[in-house]
Amino acid sequence: MRKLALSDDILLKIEKPARYIGNEVNSVMKNKADIDVRFAFVFPDVYEIGMSHLGIQILYDMLNRRDDVWCERVYSPWTDLDKIMREEQIPLFALESQDPIKDFDFIGITIQYEMCYTNILQILDLAQIPLFAKDRTEEHPIVIGGGPCTYNPEPLADFFDIFYIGEGETEFYNLMDKYKEWKASGKSRKEFLEMAAEIPGLYVPAFYDVTYKEDGTIESFTPNNEHAKPVIEKQIVMDVSNTYYPEKPVVPFIKATQDRVVLEIQRGCIRGCRFCQAGMLYRPTRERDVEVLKDYAYKMLKNTGHEEISLSSLSSSDYSKLEELVTFLIEEFKGKAINISLPSLRIDAFSLDVMSKVQDIRKSSLTFAPEAGSQRLRNVINKGLTEEIILEGAGQAFEGGWTRVKLYFMLGLPTETEEDMKAIAHLADKVARRYYEIPKDQRNGKCQIVASTSFFIPKPFTPFQWATMLNKEDYIAKANVVNHEMKAQLNHKSLKYNWHEADATVLEGVFARGDRRVSKALLEAYKLGCIYDSWGEHFRYDLWMQAFENTGVDIAFYNLRERDLDEVLPWDFINIGVSKEFLKREWKNALEEKVTPNCRMQCAGCGAASFGGGVCFES
Amino acid sequence: MKARIKFRKYGVMKFIGHLDVMRFFQKVMRRADIPIAFTGGFSPHMIMSFANPLGVGVTSDGEYFDIELTEEIDMQAAVARMNETVVEGIEIVNMVPISDDKKQTGMSIVAAADYLSSLKKGEFPKDWKTKAEGFMKQPSISIVKKTKKSEKEVDIKPMIYKFEVRDDSVYMLVATGSVDNLKPELVMHALCSFLGVDTESVSFAHHRLDVYTNVGTEEDKKFVGLDQV
Repeated sequence: MRKLALSDDILLKIEKPARYIGNEVNSVMKNKADIDVRFAFVFPDVYEIGMSHLGIQILYDMLNRRDDVWCERVYSPWTDLDKIMREEQIPLFALESQDPIKDFDFIGITIQYEMCYTNILQILDLAQIPLFAKDRTEEHPIVIGGGPCTYNPEPLADFFDIFYIGEGETEFYNLMDKYKEWKASGKSRKEFLEMAAEIPGLYVPAFYDVTYKEDGTIESFTPNNEHAKPVIEKQIVMDVSNTYYPEKPVVPFIKATQDRVVLEIQRGCIRGCRFCQAGMLYRPTRERDVEVLKDYAYKMLKNTGHEEISLSSLSSSDYSKLEELVTFLIEEFKGKAINISLPSLRIDAFSLDVMSKVQDIRKSSLTFAPEAGSQRLRNVINKGLTEEIILEGAGQAFEGGWTRVKLYFMLGLPTETEEDMKAIAHLADKVARRYYEIPKDQRNGKCQIVASTSFFIPKPFTPFQWATMLNKEDYIAKANVVNHEMKAQLNHKSLKYNWHEADATVLEGVFARGDRRVSKALLEAYKLGCIYDSWGEHFRYDLWMQAFENTGVDIAFYNLRERDLDEVLPWDFINIGVSKEFLKREWKNALEEKVTPNCRMQCAGCGAASFGGGVCFES
Repeated sequence: MKARIKFRKYGVMKFIGHLDVMRFFQKVMRRADIPIAFTGGFSPHMIMSFANPLGVGVTSDGEYFDIELTEEIDMQAAVARMNETVVEGIEIVNMVPISDDKKQTGMSIVAAADYLSSLKKGEFPKDWKTKAEGFMKQPSISIVKKTKKSEKEVDIKPMIYKFEVRDDSVYMLVATGSVDNLKPELVMHALCSFLGVDTESVSFAHHRLDVYTNVGTEEDKKFVGLDQV
């Protein structure tokens, strides 16, 4: 029987011991003696969040298909266990073998959001591995990062040996082969990193030097090792139908955030919203074959026993075979008491019909994401949702029996005026008015329109990557404008307004567009005790501000400064296939309030056609 | 028709709480293609009821739940199918048809359970086995039961039907169910007090052997395993 890394006493003392024991259905056990490469795959957040992540399930399955590799999972110990592990010097372990990960060959960390950065340091620290890449020796695992945040890896550059830029399906096997070759050769750690640096998409930060100008901006970014490529090319899978996808995903014992089968129907998005990083990073849009998806639905439900299946993509309505797929799922599985969950659908006659079949109308609400209140600002951000479409969709839904609508907006978008902010309240009120146009005897009491705002954060590789942010007080002032205007509306009793705090926004801004120098503040914050920053109850804004002050990292330099179009940006060495010229053109179009059609309507020449597939070659 | 499933829970599965074990078995039903019946309504759920929740940290050779089936099935084959889709630490022991009578299902018929408890941490006095023989000879065994609101003294002796030393463990058969429910750790704490051992200095591993129903009378109890009814 497996021996656990934690004693019974500890496990019975902490919250949810099931987070740390492994043994889940479809988790993979192997015989250590037969393994050449031990790989610890880390999601730096608590188990229930990490287990909900599709990416790890895909790569876990893919790596474990190889007989010579054992990929295991690691999630952040919750604060109760964190404390005990530090006190008792218990090294961080992988769930499957329960072995310390400091003895593994690789520690792969997926980096999904900026607010998990202190948790990455926690992982390395608890694992008893030097935090800085430069301090690691041949005894230590190779620490490799991947995921959306690695499109600007610079704030984390000092802590990682390698970053993998792009989709993991393409080069991981190659990396495993190279590692085995190196391990057998007895060469130095540096020599392995040189081998890795030659693999497409792999970035070894130690092999690059950055110099800065007097004004603090980057002067140069150059390789200091002949094995390092001057430009790192994003890696993507072009044939998404014939690639790795888990037929037997791991099923957690405790309820995870996403406790269901997830079918990824496509990658990328044709829409080109100018604030959206995912919409640019994952270009070109690539669809999975509908027959392949049907087959996966069967197998995954059977192998997991899940009672729910969900479609995943950036914009499901743009999947060309959506109707066929959804009809199939309803006909095949509704009778077997399987819930079908359909996120991010455009509201129209088809989606309302589908939703009325799979949800309880009385309990569910409709969601629209206009992102901006006025048509002018929606043109700036290239969000092709018009007031007419929203009111038409909401009207149909109200007549179909729905009474609750959720509206999502962003505040602090480029060019935003007070009128744009107030327009959020006006739009919410118009939706409510549309409801009350229905004769009283034909509607179900009052409607509830909930408007929520988050604060816009400019992200690398978007047309808004040059935009300025605001300070905390200015953000809150904007939310107050909206709140005040909401209360002045005719239907204010049917309207509700929620807004996010601005504290985390400021930090996210710094790390999204930061350079190598911001790592000082990150390390300092961690040392001061910051961890689980994405969890409101653990987020310590005061400690973070102290960390910036102690290290002299200037928030204003990263957030409040308007970047020049010619400035060398920290992430310029990565090529995502979408050209900088296109981003500049789109930034100009934004300022001129000019809309760019989506990829299917008309190619905008972003550059992603260079990948030779996907939506670019549909017709 | 209805069926009763008996399973074992051991090893690391002792850390999985009762609600998660229920969720686990719901998924087992689907993976093993058991034709289980669902309730009606917009969000149907499986008709499945567990006999008696097992505390986190406790292992067991005799756990039970009842399900309703939509058709007759070969129960031996079903047991084999279920065992193919469980994890280490769960084993289906058997599956037997039971009466459709509502009064015969789930929690309501549970009357007792027996356990083996042994020291996991700390020490007992060398002569504890001899001393323990006097434990049940006490006129009463009082313990303080803490509830959310108050603390009250309870005599647990009438709820202990059997108590004996077996090798290095304590065997006990105690009242279990919705009327009287005695947990093994309370008995072991009472034994500690009796032996003059500080309860803070020791911890125990509890292992449930089986769960029983009473087929005798209130005065003359006769216990049989839930799968023997």
